[in-house]
Amino acid sequence: MEYWTRNGNLRAVDDVSLSVRKAETLGIVGESGSGKSTLGLSLIDLIPYPGKLTGGKIILNGKEVLKLPKDELRNLRGTEVCYVFQDPMTSLNPVKKVGAHFVELIRTHDAKVSEKDAIEQARKLLRDVGIQPDRVDDYPHQLSGGMRQRVMIALAIALNPSIVVADEPTTALDVIVQAKILDLLNTLRDTYGMALILITHDLSIVLQRSDNLIVMYAGQIVEYAPSEEVYAKPEHPYTQGLLKSIPNIEIADQKLEAIAGYPPHLLNLPGGCRFWPRCKFVFDKCRKENVPLFKTGKNRLVRCFLCEEGRIE
Amino acid sequence: MSQDEILRVEHLKKYFPVEKSFLEKTFTRNRHFVKAVDDVSFSVSKGEIFTLAGESGCGKTTTGKLAVRLIPPTSGKIFFDCVETTSLDDESLRMLRRKMQIIFQDPYASFNPRMRIGDAVGHPLEIHGIADPHEKKKTVMQILDRVGLSPPEKFLDLYPYQMSGGQRQRAAIARALILRPEFVVADEPVSMIDVSLRTAIIDLMLNLRKDFGLTYLFVTHDLAVAKYISDRIAIMYLGRIVEIGNRETIFSEPLHPYTQALLSAIPVPVPERKRKHIALQGDVPSAIDIPSGCRFHTRCSYADKTCKEVERELIPVSPNHYVACSRCET
Repeated sequence: MEYWTRNGNLRAVDDVSLSVRKAETLGIVGESGSGKSTLGLSLIDLIPYPGKLTGGKIILNGKEVLKLPKDELRNLRGTEVCYVFQDPMTSLNPVKKVGAHFVELIRTHDAKVSEKDAIEQARKLLRDVGIQPDRVDDYPHQLSGGMRQRVMIALAIALNPSIVVADEPTTALDVIVQAKILDLLNTLRDTYGMALILITHDLSIVLQRSDNLIVMYAGQIVEYAPSEEVYAKPEHPYTQGLLKSIPNIEIADQKLEAIAGYPPHLLNLPGGCRFWPRCKFVFDKCRKENVPLFKTGKNRLVRCFLCEEGRIE
Repeated sequence: MSQDEILRVEHLKKYFPVEKSFLEKTFTRNRHFVKAVDDVSFSVSKGEIFTLAGESGCGKTTTGKLAVRLIPPTSGKIFFDCVETTSLDDESLRMLRRKMQIIFQDPYASFNPRMRIGDAVGHPLEIHGIADPHEKKKTVMQILDRVGLSPPEKFLDLYPYQMSGGQRQRAAIARALILRPEFVVADEPVSMIDVSLRTAIIDLMLNLRKDFGLTYLFVTHDLAVAKYISDRIAIMYLGRIVEIGNRETIFSEPLHPYTQALLSAIPVPVPERKRKHIALQGDVPSAIDIPSGCRFHTRCSYADKTCKEVERELIPVSPNHYVACSRCET
């Protein structure tokens, strides 16, 4: 996946492979610019211009997405893969009532449904996400931030998709609302049996809420493993650093350790491992050779030469 | 006011008038106000880190701005270094501002995009008429180096857009500290910074406190960060402080139902933890139309009849621990 820029092609996501099963949560965590949102958008080729998918395969329920004709691909969006974006303020149309959003979505994919039936379905969906059904007649500005995000979630599950991609779904929200929204996503995942891809910068949320997690750094996966294993023993030095640098309110007198340096610019990547300028364990090979992903466990991949030789401390 | 207090606010209120259309202004008499800060009192001792924490709209940032008198209060008193600042004229305020500074949340918005970093950081020296050009450059280089922007020569001539968010926030810290203030309000200084850089900024602020003998009023919505850095924490809800205590007390024995709910909602970096969070009813009410009595009663599961009628004051439950809740009154 590349973005074309004035200064050359910027490779936002580089050689990433992942899979997600039904009723499973996959967490993708990374800092700004690590490529996590781009990765989420790539799943059904939603990359905005000047971005372009430049290679790879996406297989959804046995179908290869990138080889589908355009109208079939469009149909996939909405029925198979749905998105919940960060900012519920800008994702809803301010001059349309809540109900109209559902009518448009439902009737675009199935013109046979009458408007009345679509509204009826909207009411049911709103009830599912914990909003009073009468709110179909409200405009977005009449709802609070948390309620707007619930509406977005209701829209995302309206056509019973196989995958819901939630990109920073709670970043604009306060903690109490955040906890409620994440609970809601969990419940819906279990009821509808969909797969949930949770993209966030907050490692706490990902550890707490997902079955497997991917840590992204400078456009690459650096660690891909079950959350419990990452928590018990993070293997990539970046993941280790992140875990040591996030405060945990349940630990008294916690000592935090900072990761030195700054993330690299994607147009000006260091040679070899992309993390080496900030790594505590850096050695010669890291500066010279690109690091592949090494398999370090049954479901575990780590992009670090330390794991090649089983040398992780 | 005791010797080691640097800031004391008493019954501070800040009401913002609600903008109305011409017709509404002409035909209705009663004006509406957003009660952003509604009777807040606390004091900060020299050298301590005092945190105001709460959700968006609770009045924490407004309180921070009031503390350094960036905005005038509607009523109430603010004492800084034993000087009552609400009645000071602009000139005396400007003198006092050498001792108190503020760091804002957004390092992208708090710098003039057309001013080089060296000039921006040195600007306070010019405003206060300190230091000639040569000395100014030296002071700027020193402070840049101190906040970790080294070598300083490399950063002097950069424009803000040429720096990363973390570097810009370091420059903002340098600009706040160049006058050697005693008191700094830090308004969400790390909430827009990437996780891997956050800890470094926090550690920098903690080190600077030691070296410069600073007192911080820290404003944040992130209780995990608050827990890591604060000595004392005040939890705010709808313009009021509902609980104040030492850091340990707030996290080990939170007494106000709102504090308890807030703490239970914080994500903890541990997998599959079935933490029970206390679900609160509904959303935060509007600050224009604050509920009667205890302003939390509409969402509190313990609320009874008196809560709807009587507003609670902060009362001590143990030394240094104050709670505004009827359940703690005996």
